[in-house]
Amino acid sequence: MEHRYRVIHCLNQFFGGMGGEEKAYQPPQLFEGARGPGMLLENLFPNIQVAATLVVGDNYLADKTERALREILALLTPWYAAESADKPKFLLAGPAFNAGRYGIACGAICQMVQKEFSIPAVTAMYPQNPAVIEYKKNVFIVRAGKDVMDMEEALRNMAVLGIKQLNGEELDPDRDHYIPHGQRKNYFAEKTGASRAIDMLLRKLAGKQIHTECTMPLFDRVEPAPPVRDMASARLALVTSGGIVPRGNPDRIEAASASRFGTYSLNGLSRFSSETHQTAHGGYDPTFANDDPNRILPLDVVRELEAEGAFGSLHDSYYATVGNGTSVANADRYGFEIAKLLLADGVQAVILTST
Amino acid sequence: MIFERGDIGVDNVRFGEQTTLENKVLFLDKKALITFLLSRDTHIAKCVVSITRPGDSTRILCVKDVVQPGSKVRGDRLGEGRRHVLKNVAIVTCGKIVGYQEGIIDMSGEGALYSPFSTTFNVVLDIVVVPDLTPRQHEETVRKAGLAAADFLGETTQAVTPDTVHPFPALEKEPISSHLPRLVYLYMLLSQGLLHDTYVLGRNAREGLPRIIDPLVLLDGAITSGNCVSACDKNTTWHHQNNPVLQELWRRHGRDLLFAGVVLCTEPVRLSDKETLAETSIALVHELNADGVILSKEGFGNPDADQMLLTRGLEQSGVKVVAITDEFAGADGFSQSLADSTVEADAVISVGNANERILLPPMEQLLGPINDLSKLAGAWPHSLHEDGSLEVELQAIIGATNELGMQRLSCREV
Amino acid sequence: MSKQIERAGIPVVHACSIVPISKTVGANRIIPTIAIPHPFGDPNKSPKEEKEVRKALVKKALKALATPIDKQSVF
Repeated sequence: MEHRYRVIHCLNQFFGGMGGEEKAYQPPQLFEGARGPGMLLENLFPNIQVAATLVVGDNYLADKTERALREILALLTPWYAAESADKPKFLLAGPAFNAGRYGIACGAICQMVQKEFSIPAVTAMYPQNPAVIEYKKNVFIVRAGKDVMDMEEALRNMAVLGIKQLNGEELDPDRDHYIPHGQRKNYFAEKTGASRAIDMLLRKLAGKQIHTECTMPLFDRVEPAPPVRDMASARLALVTSGGIVPRGNPDRIEAASASRFGTYSLNGLSRFSSETHQTAHGGYDPTFANDDPNRILPLDVVRELEAEGAFGSLHDSYYATVGNGTSVANADRYGFEIAKLLLADGVQAVILTST
Repeated sequence: MIFERGDIGVDNVRFGEQTTLENKVLFLDKKALITFLLSRDTHIAKCVVSITRPGDSTRILCVKDVVQPGSKVRGDRLGEGRRHVLKNVAIVTCGKIVGYQEGIIDMSGEGALYSPFSTTFNVVLDIVVVPDLTPRQHEETVRKAGLAAADFLGETTQAVTPDTVHPFPALEKEPISSHLPRLVYLYMLLSQGLLHDTYVLGRNAREGLPRIIDPLVLLDGAITSGNCVSACDKNTTWHHQNNPVLQELWRRHGRDLLFAGVVLCTEPVRLSDKETLAETSIALVHELNADGVILSKEGFGNPDADQMLLTRGLEQSGVKVVAITDEFAGADGFSQSLADSTVEADAVISVGNANERILLPPMEQLLGPINDLSKLAGAWPHSLHEDGSLEVELQAIIGATNELGMQRLSCREV
Repeated sequence: MSKQIERAGIPVVHACSIVPISKTVGANRIIPTIAIPHPFGDPNKSPKEEKEVRKALVKKALKALATPIDKQSVF
């Protein structure tokens, strides 16, 4: 006998047949059986049965997210936590196409449901839907078109992906039509890198389509902080990714892929020397830094300038890590933690040195 | 003019009374090798020689360099005549850490999938130097011992008929009229000081580069490594001897491409030098009338900037580029991969995320200094588990994300 | 790191040898330094000269910190 899958389907007020914008603040409601796109789904897949349809106003969820999710959880718990053999096996939400708030609703519900009930949850959106950035990391989002013209295709891909997940099959973003989670994962290709490189170059020269294996990263920007107004009274701090640490590297900061940063005292120090400090960085020739660590973090001249009144005072500690194969995400975290310490100590300006 | 390389495979490597190659078995006179090494360099205090074979439960630690043994059987000048090489034998040097970044080779288990040296018969030299050497002298001693040992073993190939002989004809000097695209190989060498240097024709690569170089001399062993950046993407001497881009370009020369030549360039430490070097290198590529360029790399971080400068400059001057790089996308794969980027780099080969972690099973035999284990790049203080298994980033494995494109490893977004 | 500290409202000057990387990653106030293994030094110079160069760089950094900017700037 062919396997039958019972699912719960989530829709916004519009697709759930409750009304348009005027119903956008509709709290979640659960209905037995399929509604709207759910009926098409059942037609497409005779082995899928929509056990219930959850309808929620997309403004309601986007504005009162926590409360809405709590209410949805309460509505779904009797179904998914039931001991019954024919309880729903997974959840489908949308497709939300290019609708931003609907996208947020679908993403948030899928993320909660897979976490709370450990079942697969799948939604579908247009790749430029603003909710994609927020949810692609944790949720399977099928690539859909901009609008309902793509309803059938999107529903098909959602259902197939849900069933594949349920059966523990191996998934692939291209083959299974979902938006990649943004995670880089290693695999063994058929050919060596050198051979792939020459193949790609010949295709590129022939004007054929190529698929780069590493899309250039986009880095976010920060508004420049306002300048120091009165340097003569400003408190200055030193930070380095050049790996200058007290001799012996007491925190054992790794030579590469540093998992931490260190906070070290500058009390009573007028300069670094090869007796007191060293580099822990494995990415450059350490000879010059070990001979004179001021070449990486210029404490000697900073102290002189402090005495000359070029700035107010030097913060008592400096912060150091090793920027060598250290991921941007980790560096971000160290920066965030260092910023908290600096704020707490009233620091007004920072010199950050890198190698 | 033609250069030939004769490949000789062996079925086994054993210690013996004499150093000879008989019926596909390489016998090594251990005492003679040690005496030879100690007599030619007084900086060596002690050298322990071991043999390890593919499939052994062996982990080699703190590997500095790997060299393919071979010898010139005909012709006096580099790039002429014939060189015989022991195709599946490698000299592996290891020893007390000078800097930080020496790596691991596993001869079996999960880790063996990632290193080319898990499938070679390895003659491992664990070298202890005399006290009070400068790090520079220490590095030089170990580097030269590896090269000398490779010559010592290579002598056995003199009278042997190779399994296969690969002829490499010289590239035509005049541009050939053909419909095939002209490809140039732009070969970046790390050259940034102690443990970050490369040698070309016996000279530090920091002098005299960039330049156009005859690829035949490269196949004849013109480049040696003095380099200990992270194990995963350091190009060992063996990698330079067996450069896969060179070999593939030659193999396909006249079939679907024209191999138009090689430009060697460096990865300097000053930005102004990087910019000047990029300009000069690009001019050399144009001298060779290139339609397209394969751009390989060594190391990561600041070399990303060199690769991007070269890619941008070449593309803007009308030459298509494919660049080979590894990635540092974090252990979970969610971080930005590269330190620098440019929109022109639209065709990039990824040879893997070096931050991805791997659990290496315990091994019965450890070669090299085990005390320095947690200091390896890509390891951390709790890397070594109680049962002897070792959790590391791929970074720690020699050749895992080789940026000459030696391996099949790649990376994709999921 | 520089961006996170700036986000907290504290101005940062990023002193580094390889400016393009700093620009790509998104530091706002950047001063170019000498070379990767010795950003604030030059072993080819005498110790006195080396220190003068170093001091000039730090002065430049302090000046950058006191300069209003509205976009990424290399000093």
